[in-house]
Amino acid sequence: MASGQPDANGSRPSTSDDGGPHFDLETYTSNYMGHTKIIRLRFIAEKCSDSAMELEALRMALDEIKKGDNTQVYIETIERVRGRLGRAYQHDREWVNTKEKQAAQRQERLELELNGYKTNLIKESIRMGYNDLGDFFYARGDLQAAFKSYVRTRDYCTTSKHIINMCLNVILVSIELGHFVNVTNYVQKAEQTPDNTDPVIQGKLKCAAGLAHLENKKYKLAARKFVDVNFELGTQYKKVIAPQDVALYGALCALASFDRADLKSKVIDNISFRNFLELVPDIRELINDFYASRYASCLGYLQKLKPDLLLDVHLFDHVDTLYEQIRHKALIQYTTPFISVDLNRMAASFKTNVAGLEKELAALIMENQIQARIDSHNKILYARHADQRNTSFQKALQVGADYQRDTKALLLRANLMQHDFVVKPKKGQ
Amino acid sequence: MASLEQLLSSVQGLHDTPEHLETARTQLKQAEEMLAKSGADKLNVALSHLDPSRYSLAWLFLLDAQQGVTQPDKADAFINRCTAFLKACHQDQIRIAVEKFNSVCFKLKDCVLVLNQPARGVLPLRTAIKKLQPTSEHLTPQHADFLLLVVLSKIYNAGLPVLAEEIFEVDAKKTGIAPRDFLLYCYYGGMVYIGMKRFKKALELLGHAISAPAQVLNAITLEAYKKFVVVHLLVDGQLPTFQKYTPTIVQKLLKSNSQPYIDLGNAYATRSVGDLKKCIQTNENVYKTDTNLGLVKQLIPSLYKRNIQRLTQTYLTLSLKDIAEAVELEGPKEAELHVLRMIEEGEIFAEINQKDGMVSFREDPEEYNSVEMVNQLDAEMQGMIKLAKKVAAIDEQVSTDKAYLGKINLKERHSRFGEEDYEIGSQRMFVEPTY
Repeated sequence: MASGQPDANGSRPSTSDDGGPHFDLETYTSNYMGHTKIIRLRFIAEKCSDSAMELEALRMALDEIKKGDNTQVYIETIERVRGRLGRAYQHDREWVNTKEKQAAQRQERLELELNGYKTNLIKESIRMGYNDLGDFFYARGDLQAAFKSYVRTRDYCTTSKHIINMCLNVILVSIELGHFVNVTNYVQKAEQTPDNTDPVIQGKLKCAAGLAHLENKKYKLAARKFVDVNFELGTQYKKVIAPQDVALYGALCALASFDRADLKSKVIDNISFRNFLELVPDIRELINDFYASRYASCLGYLQKLKPDLLLDVHLFDHVDTLYEQIRHKALIQYTTPFISVDLNRMAASFKTNVAGLEKELAALIMENQIQARIDSHNKILYARHADQRNTSFQKALQVGADYQRDTKALLLRANLMQHDFVVKPKKGQ
Repeated sequence: MASLEQLLSSVQGLHDTPEHLETARTQLKQAEEMLAKSGADKLNVALSHLDPSRYSLAWLFLLDAQQGVTQPDKADAFINRCTAFLKACHQDQIRIAVEKFNSVCFKLKDCVLVLNQPARGVLPLRTAIKKLQPTSEHLTPQHADFLLLVVLSKIYNAGLPVLAEEIFEVDAKKTGIAPRDFLLYCYYGGMVYIGMKRFKKALELLGHAISAPAQVLNAITLEAYKKFVVVHLLVDGQLPTFQKYTPTIVQKLLKSNSQPYIDLGNAYATRSVGDLKKCIQTNENVYKTDTNLGLVKQLIPSLYKRNIQRLTQTYLTLSLKDIAEAVELEGPKEAELHVLRMIEEGEIFAEINQKDGMVSFREDPEEYNSVEMVNQLDAEMQGMIKLAKKVAAIDEQVSTDKAYLGKINLKERHSRFGEEDYEIGSQRMFVEPTY
């Protein structure tokens, strides 16, 4: 697999030579903070097949959880460890009790304060009160309650900055809840707010919108959002997404959905996005290979990346679809410029055998994605140019026949109605 | 009450002006009971003295008065008499006694069925249709019976001329037709076309039965739908959708009552012959009871064909072995047979090279530049123009229709209600359209 290519290793963890997933978890998690770090670690622990790595992930997750207030997640994670991490990671009842007690007190205090503000009708204080309550619930992992509190601040927003803040909070919670409809809605709301000029905030919104499109399998829209993210965002959206992810998600979606011209103008020549790509050299090479039609190398990179991608919390259930689409794109792109293609050579470029390639091409032709026909005897693919004239004749005859048939049916029906020819139940029934 | 002789002499004394015919009809109608009581022999004797073309009306009443004609021993004579009468009878006279005419034709159909000689009724009923129809666009109750006999006697060709005359008018006043006759016409007509393998035409007729206005589901509609589904698969390869004006209740009940056929469509859509065969096997008894098994079995070769046709879109050349594999045929030999047959029937354009077992597919050689094609196009356009004229005529007729205008004006008045020019609107409403 792509052995002749320079083995570029970036800050993103890469697969080891034996092909299995071998994450450098430290490097990986250092890109994230807050909830997403925990979520991603727990996700990796759940998905990976290697028990050493599972335990490592769980250990790091526990370390992270202990920094916060979410006792629920702590208990769940401890249960998953089942004592495999030794004495240091036993169920810490004391910590849980203290945290719960503190939390109860804090909640009581916050609610009391909020009620006080409400009786005094000070808008700004009420907003702050709800916000604090939202932050509290979010930290405790009660996402529904956090969502409600954040949404309530909306009535007390006085400046556009407040509104954007509210939207960002709601988006954060909604992503974690997996409610991507809300994400899209609030991204729109934030974007429509005046004075929304901060490139970092715009970047955050685009990332969130991109994620929502990705979840809805609208890869083209997702790609558009990701490649538009300004590099100034940097690591400032660590709570949700790392800059490496922007490159990864954007590139894969773009490969799967953009045409050649768009790929060039929106991805390869996009200065801002190129900065993101520099963070993940494998992906950069992959895109350049694809554009330069070096499909074997390109598919090699994809194969190499796959185990890692399957451990990504947002990407894992889209990997197969995206890969399939990228492969189809590559096949289509390969055949477009030629009148005839030698299948033997094509198979070599795609690292597959002729019989398999023939089946793939046949499927694409039947779906009308490639206009060509296969000469299976000589193993050559011939481009096929639709005869416009014949097609128009065929279509005209078809439309004419349909029109006559439908009109006649309607005339008959009108007559049936006119004479009240209705099938009625028998009398007495 | 007058005797048979008196009645006949009185009727014979009348001429065939409309007034006299009306008198004759009243007299005959009053004598109905007496006629029914007279024995068949007496009536037959009377009939032999009457000229059926001059006294068609009297003939009709006397024929219908005969009792028990459907018994096997009497049926033969009755059929002969009807056949002669239908050939000779006078249009104007039978049209004023539509009910009697329909009843006689109905008995005729029963008689040929009793004798199990459906072919004997085909020609007489065709004549009957012609005699009763005010125009060739009218549907008569005899249409359905005629087509039934055509189907039973399997001389489908005989049905085509009647089916070729398209029906646009159902007028119960003129032909005594009922909704059931319409459904049967569509159903049997569909069967005739299926028999002739003219599936598209069959779809049209069966489709009429399905989308016909209804408040309940009729068994005829259900049977028509079952056939419709199978034929649609043969033509189009997928399950049909309903015309949007199909009554909702019919749609719902049809779907829930024809599951084995829906399964068939889903199996067909997988393009796997194995799945299809399995589905047919599972539901074989259902199809058999519905007498659709033969039709359903046609789906298997049709799926082979469809799959091979798909290959022609994809390949320029393909070995017989690969074809056999791709469409689930047993081996190259069988594939060759299928391909050969399709070439012969003009369904694909290809050549078989037996030396290396290769098939080369060609494009459709039709270039749309032959004289025949021009003629066909011309014929299509003429048909279209004719149809457009018909639509225009009907549009005109509707826009001068009293009931329609009344309704439109009413609506207008409602929309203007409360406005200042209400007065003008209401005035206009009472202006009668001038004819």
